[in-house]
Amino acid sequence: MEGMEEIVQEFLVESHENLDQLDQDLLALERDPTSRDLLSSIFRTLHTIKGTSGFLALHTLERVAHAGENLLSKLRDGEMTLTPTMATVLLEMVDAVRTLLGHIEQDQNEGDEEYTELTEKLHALLEGREIPSSATAAAPVAASADVEAAASEAVAAQLEASQQVVDAVQAGADASVQVAAATAGAAVEQVIVAAAVAVEDAVTGATVAAAAPAAAVAPSTPAVTPPPAAPTEMQATPTDAAPDPQAAAKAAASAQTAAAAAAKPAGAEKAPVRSVADSSIRVDVDLLDSLMNLVGELVLSRNQLVQRAAASQDQELQRSMHRLSLVASELQEGVMKTRMQPIENVWSKIPRVVRDLANSLGRQIRVEMEGKETELDKTILEAIKDPLTHLVRNSCDHGIEMPDERVAKGKPAEGVLLMRAFHEGGQVNIEIIDDGAGINPSKVKDKAVEKGLITREQADAMSDRDAGHLIFKPGFSTAAAVTNVSGRGVGMDVVKTNIEKIGGVIDVASEYGKGTITRIKIPLTLAIIPALLVRGAENMFAIPQVNLLELVRLDREQAAERLETIQGTPVYRLRGQLLPLVDLREHIGEPKADSETTFIAVLRADQRQFGLVVDDIEDTEEIVVKPLGRQLRGMDLYAGATLMGDGRVALILDTNSLAAHAGMVNDSGEAAKRAAEAAIATRSDSTSLLVVKLSNGRRVALPLACVERLEEFPMTRVETVGANQVVQYRGVILPLLRLADDYGSYDALNEAEASLQVVVCQHKGQLFGFVVAQVLDIVEDELAVRTHLDTGGNLGSAVVNEHVTELLNIDATLEGMMPPELTAYSGATEHAGAFA
Amino acid sequence: MASQYCTFRLGGHLFGVPVETVQEVLREQTLTKVPLASREVRGLINLRGQIVITVDLRERMGLPPREAHEEMTNVVVRTSGDTVTSLLVDRIGDVLEPDLDRFEAPPDTVPGRVRELVTHVCKLDRELMLVLDTDKAVDVDAAA
Repeated sequence: MEGMEEIVQEFLVESHENLDQLDQDLLALERDPTSRDLLSSIFRTLHTIKGTSGFLALHTLERVAHAGENLLSKLRDGEMTLTPTMATVLLEMVDAVRTLLGHIEQDQNEGDEEYTELTEKLHALLEGREIPSSATAAAPVAASADVEAAASEAVAAQLEASQQVVDAVQAGADASVQVAAATAGAAVEQVIVAAAVAVEDAVTGATVAAAAPAAAVAPSTPAVTPPPAAPTEMQATPTDAAPDPQAAAKAAASAQTAAAAAAKPAGAEKAPVRSVADSSIRVDVDLLDSLMNLVGELVLSRNQLVQRAAASQDQELQRSMHRLSLVASELQEGVMKTRMQPIENVWSKIPRVVRDLANSLGRQIRVEMEGKETELDKTILEAIKDPLTHLVRNSCDHGIEMPDERVAKGKPAEGVLLMRAFHEGGQVNIEIIDDGAGINPSKVKDKAVEKGLITREQADAMSDRDAGHLIFKPGFSTAAAVTNVSGRGVGMDVVKTNIEKIGGVIDVASEYGKGTITRIKIPLTLAIIPALLVRGAENMFAIPQVNLLELVRLDREQAAERLETIQGTPVYRLRGQLLPLVDLREHIGEPKADSETTFIAVLRADQRQFGLVVDDIEDTEEIVVKPLGRQLRGMDLYAGATLMGDGRVALILDTNSLAAHAGMVNDSGEAAKRAAEAAIATRSDSTSLLVVKLSNGRRVALPLACVERLEEFPMTRVETVGANQVVQYRGVILPLLRLADDYGSYDALNEAEASLQVVVCQHKGQLFGFVVAQVLDIVEDELAVRTHLDTGGNLGSAVVNEHVTELLNIDATLEGMMPPELTAYSGATEHAGAFA
Repeated sequence: MASQYCTFRLGGHLFGVPVETVQEVLREQTLTKVPLASREVRGLINLRGQIVITVDLRERMGLPPREAHEEMTNVVVRTSGDTVTSLLVDRIGDVLEPDLDRFEAPPDTVPGRVRELVTHVCKLDRELMLVLDTDKAVDVDAAA
């Protein structure tokens, strides 16, 4: 029921707002009974309340609202015109709805009142009958009798044990509620007095009850009449041989609180507790934006002040600064939070979309969601709404197959669409995973060739992964027929553009026949992003961290050795691959400069990498992105501007257009070039080797393609599971494999105190760590000189960097080392092929 | 026709802009250059957290560039669409309230680039005040 409560709360807030509107509209309608706008507005409002209450199983509310709606629909359709009687009854109905909502808010139920008379009146009006005047007169009488009975009952109850205090309070509250429903004058006044007396008495009763245990503390004797409001504490006290006065006092205090809490509903009519409608307000997003700006300013000013204060000797100033600093940080966080909303707000529409689609396409699809509560900036949430829906539709339409087809493939008839969202490294990851047909690389390639997006040669040279990316090309669609769902070829490239517009990245990974995973990485907020500050001549620039892959620093000697040119174009060998270099100075129209050290920021633009040569690399900083003025919009080199800690302005570089300026990604031949290069990259990747030394001195090389990271773990973090050693690593359990074990013996004592060098590898979706003695190098080698001296888990040996190195066959190694349940992951010889 | 004009000196001329368009006048500010932008855009300034483009009016009007040691003043103007732009001028002057009958359309002989940006000429007692069209003055295509 957790979720239900939230829905009810939302419903209450919304309805309270709507009811106020309804009151105003009805009054306006009385003056202008034929206004269709007003009628429609009232009808809509009531309809919403009715619909939601039906959904939440609030039947009385639904019935009352429904009766009102019926009458209103007649009025709206012009079959009847509003009479003052009708208006009165409709207003009565609004009051009834309000009372019911009050009950729901306070007691989580609708109360006992059935409102049969009200609905009867509404029905009568609907059928064009006059309301019998006797009914109107009888109502208050009945009500007052009711209330009087309740009140006297309450007074009587108050005299009994304190258990009844609660009842009396309840009765008092009920009485007052009924007062609200009644309409006549004099009788009501009397009733109010009676109710007030009942309420007052109830409160007194509660206070008396609360005072009793308090009095019991002084003589340290067991409490005389333990009130049921605090039964546990009070019963504990008398059983104690020597009652602890402190405990008794505590119990008394809690009893008092409980009594006060019990008395609260009684006072509700006069001084209501803060209701749902009052505890939240709607705020204009523009206002939040300007608050955000101001807070950004405050943070900048604070940074300046902090620098000043740090230099001064004034202790008092520093303390004040520290306080200011804390407050500013908290304020910033708070304001940021006001703009955050759970992704659920967007996702909640998805199940419906999927259901409708599945029905119209004749498929069975189940939607699963993980991480619904992941929060995102409102602007971003809005921006991803359409792309997400599109991706979901795509998965339903192209991904998940017809039930019979699925059964034939040995899959359950019902397809699963899993949506996941989680925070990682200051970004939000969203994954849309389906277990459908997956992307057929050859089909995609054929289609791309047919559409003239790439040539046949490029297609042949393209890896499956790159083929998957073809679906993001403008004008691409593989659906044989254009359905109303998707297949018009305007989809995926638009999705990609929209995601990139908000600084996100989209990637698709698919296994043909198994399913597709679409991953989206987006910044938490657009307003503040982490960025790297670099310098080119006198200018400071910010580069968004999302575009940054790594930083390289070369001294003069290294630069001379490793920077080469092809036809005047500088390139750098980054782990054996050629990285095109772009000189920042050149692109901002500054003369080239000769410097001691060369700094290269390796950036990602689109799917390409390039190195940006800058004069200096300053620092990473959280920057507040500000738009550039209208006059600079035409300059695509800059994505915006920001203010630095010292108040100066820095321009934010747009890496995509920087790459385009450098002639990297601009024309139609670009796809070809990229495809070809990607193909080369994959090929060269396959021969990039990570060379490691094992504890027994042997050298082993493993394909770089499967290496995720190099890590160092202290021995204390190593835990044992069964016969395996594991470490907790980024939220998963990472099994550690000792190559030395398999390739000979290793000396456990040597490692007992030191830390472990671990090569974290990913293979077939499974992470595992190889324990090595030392990581030596990354090499790119022809592997010409090799033998097939098999030592068990490997693919023979080769001469790497003048040393004989064993080539590791990951599949075979894993098979030997992994526990049986994990061997399922190995089998195919994907990486083994790398050395063939 | 506005009644009050904020005046400033630029290359020996006296210019005027309606006071309502002027947001504030600032002494020389730290400028951040915008590489590759046209020469008219001198750079960006930080105006209490708002990043404002600074347009060099001399450059904009085709007047000779000022000497390195000459001082500059930023006249921050608010133009249509709530755009805030800073205009770089030589020196700020007084606020004047000339009679309406002193205004006249600029003579045709005035060089094109100036005439484009000047809506009226006001005949003051001792000299002429050129009324600047701020909307046009700030409309710079930076990407040029």
